[in-house]
Amino acid sequence: MHRFANPARFLRLAALVLPWVSVLSALLFAAGLYLALFVSPEDYQQGDTVRIMYVHVPAAWMAMFTYSSMAVAAACALVWRHPLAEIYSKAAAPLGAGFTLLCLVTGSLWGEPMWGTWWVWDARLTSVLILFFLYLGYMALVDAFDDPQRGHRAGSILLLVGAINVPIIKFSVDWWNTLHQPASVLRMGGPAIHGDMLWPLLILALAFKTYFVATVILRMRAELAERKIQTLRLTQAGGV
Amino acid sequence: MMTRKKRRLYMLLLALAGLGTATALTLTAFEENVAFFFSPSDLTVKPPGDKLVRVGGLVAGGSVTKEGDGVTTRFTITDTAHTVDVTTNRPLPDLFREGQGVLVEGRLRPDGLFVASEVLARHDENYMPKEVADALKASGQFRPEVPGKPVYETAK
Repeated sequence: MHRFANPARFLRLAALVLPWVSVLSALLFAAGLYLALFVSPEDYQQGDTVRIMYVHVPAAWMAMFTYSSMAVAAACALVWRHPLAEIYSKAAAPLGAGFTLLCLVTGSLWGEPMWGTWWVWDARLTSVLILFFLYLGYMALVDAFDDPQRGHRAGSILLLVGAINVPIIKFSVDWWNTLHQPASVLRMGGPAIHGDMLWPLLILALAFKTYFVATVILRMRAELAERKIQTLRLTQAGGV
Repeated sequence: MMTRKKRRLYMLLLALAGLGTATALTLTAFEENVAFFFSPSDLTVKPPGDKLVRVGGLVAGGSVTKEGDGVTTRFTITDTAHTVDVTTNRPLPDLFREGQGVLVEGRLRPDGLFVASEVLARHDENYMPKEVADALKASGQFRPEVPGKPVYETAK
């Protein structure tokens, strides 16, 4: 793993991967959205409203994936002092917050016509709202210190404490009675969603994932460049 | 002699295990409060008295009737073990129909009639096109999922 700890090696790898994932993401979004919005059938109960699911579910998956990956990076940063781990978490946080917000908003737009309410305080909805606040809290905390290193240390601890929320989100619908329905795709006994609807969903899930990879690479590059500029300024100020 | 990295790793794992246990204990202790609704069976095990509660179940087939005033609806919800008769003068969600999972919020009157101040539809995890649902219904394999599960152990 430490082979990839080197920022120079990361930048070389990133330059190689970035164009491919960018193109792949655009293609997957085009294909996925076309299939989801025009080709896939209406649901027997929800009619056309089911199409919100094709954005809502990938956004929810990415919200949880992004947080989990940030928590793993936080552990790497605290234990092994991996130089890229903190940069990754900082770069991924606004993306994760965006996915979570998209998940909450689309869920609310679906809930009004289907459930008859925009919002309820059941275990699933509440735990996802907490996830959103964890993202915002992390972003605020990292920037709240004069010494960036201390900010990152505090942020990593917050990420690890908040990681307890991820299994709670996932299993909330199984552990407690919630208004939100249980999982349709990742469940015991196979997906409870018809194949014609499952495929567009999986393609869009991959589109979200590739979009995330491309964007997080761009943001990490920007962060590395910023640090380089700062070091240059410091040496200049000190050297002359 | 432990290296510093190893020590940090063990400290981290220990802290996470402690936090996980504390959270699990807290959530188990508050299970009753975290549950968003009770099942009709729960009302027989532990009557809610005058408290505002939510109850979830399937709308029983053939139970929906409109009263003469045009706004009041009567129906029965069931978890297949027990039933609750419900009356409401609130608007019903579009998904409201017989065999549909619903949640009702309100109070259980002493005579056993539940007066609902809100009715929400609950969607189950099954997504399918209309033709598939029709085929399942025709072959008798269409089974709507009962929302949730009883919170209290049902007395045998």
